[in-house]
Amino acid sequence: MATEADLHETGTVLAARADARAQGAKLADAMPYLPASSTPFPPPGADPGTLTWAETVAGGNYAHKVVARGTLIRLEDVTGEACAHVLVYNALEPWERLNVADTVKIPWQAYLTTGHPLLSGDGRVLATIVEDTSGHHDALCGTSTAVANQARYGDSAPQGPSPSGRELFTLAAAKHGLSRRDLPPSISFFKGVRAAEDGSLAWTGGAGPGAAIELLAELPLIVLIANVAHPVDPRPAYISGPLRVHAWRSAPTTPEDKRWDATPEAARYYLNTADYAVARGI
Amino acid sequence: MPSVLDPSVLDPSSYADGTVLALAGPLVDGAIILDEIVPARAPWSAVVRKGNVLTIVDVGGNQSGDCILYNAHDTGERYSVPDTIAGGGNIYVRTGTVLRSSEGNPLATVVANETDRQDTIGGACGKESNTLRYGHHTASEHGCRENFLAEASKYGMGARDVVSNLNWFMNVPIEADGTLGIVDGISGPGKRVAFRAEMDILVLVSNCPQMNNPCNDFNPTPLRMIITEGS
Repeated sequence: MATEADLHETGTVLAARADARAQGAKLADAMPYLPASSTPFPPPGADPGTLTWAETVAGGNYAHKVVARGTLIRLEDVTGEACAHVLVYNALEPWERLNVADTVKIPWQAYLTTGHPLLSGDGRVLATIVEDTSGHHDALCGTSTAVANQARYGDSAPQGPSPSGRELFTLAAAKHGLSRRDLPPSISFFKGVRAAEDGSLAWTGGAGPGAAIELLAELPLIVLIANVAHPVDPRPAYISGPLRVHAWRSAPTTPEDKRWDATPEAARYYLNTADYAVARGI
Repeated sequence: MPSVLDPSVLDPSSYADGTVLALAGPLVDGAIILDEIVPARAPWSAVVRKGNVLTIVDVGGNQSGDCILYNAHDTGERYSVPDTIAGGGNIYVRTGTVLRSSEGNPLATVVANETDRQDTIGGACGKESNTLRYGHHTASEHGCRENFLAEASKYGMGARDVVSNLNWFMNVPIEADGTLGIVDGISGPGKRVAFRAEMDILVLVSNCPQMNNPCNDFNPTPLRMIITEGS
């Protein structure tokens, strides 16, 4: 039976170079599309010429990008089995990052959907959820750890069959000069959890294939995404489907948008963020 | 008796009219290793060795004690709200709750608790977040984030290390539609919580200075911290 090695002629440098170069045009189910405008899956509502990020992220894998202020980021749960664990940082001062407690406390709301801000601990909004066709998200349970995935699935390694979110975040963060000290609690999209009156957690699952959310970057952001099974997913198997990511140029929230002053807290987090951007000259 | 530098800290007339201060004592048996008073609005920290127990006394009642735990030997491993919630299957902290780290490991276990439940979703106040919650006129007020940053700096830590926290004696219900917020407390003078260190832990506490919501009953008061030897 032919092995993988039998399929390649790599006995000399010239042969190895030819063999390597012959691989470049291959396609995979999960891959980035460059330039982004060449995506085979152009998102609705976006001019393909404005796309800045187009990628399908495999289940159990991760993605990351630095995006400009005013970028719209669309995440789509292709098969209904994705769970996008997300961390965002102010790309200019990355010690300013997602603060999950402020993200639920300041809007007086634990459950994420359209209009919800992703707040930092510095009184500013890093991103706004501006579209949500899923309604199944979670800001309480964070992502999975090596300890938890080894106990549940027998393995947690990034190269294994059931990677943990924290180990994938560690890799994504390292590629932006960030370490595990820089991994605060994350939020997740496309798999939901609710808390009962006694505080106990109830799993609400996902919304099925094709559900999508859109995040509007209110500052220049480092975006880290780990696409892994949710930590309280009750199913015994590690189930993690593909996630599609697209981003394109748009504009940050301005006083002309209804959400600018939809609540007293919103008026002040958008104002604080605009104040920072003006002072930085961005 | 606990050590306290300024006697006025334990004088009820230093606080709002009607303040009752109840010093109580350790919530578990064991030789006392450390016994200190944290004045109102101040930070505090100590290392609690594996097996030893920290009792926190809500001396004046309904005084939020914001708290972050770290692996004392590797502060890159620290308290994690979501790992504690997901690990315990519950958003509230009660007797038996395992306080987990960012790596999913047990940092401590709550061994006794004299209020119905403790909070770990409300996070910390801070100068900047206060401007969102209460307006820009509050920007000169001191907050827990500032206490955490000041105390963390003693250990070479900074903003990257101040993560979402526990709030001993603070009450944050979530309603069925997800509405949540800090409401009147369910603690009282002399009520206590105690947790046992499951590894050597560094404990950072901010005795919350907040005056714009009921987390301190609009009357910041002292906390008593007692470390007892494990059995």
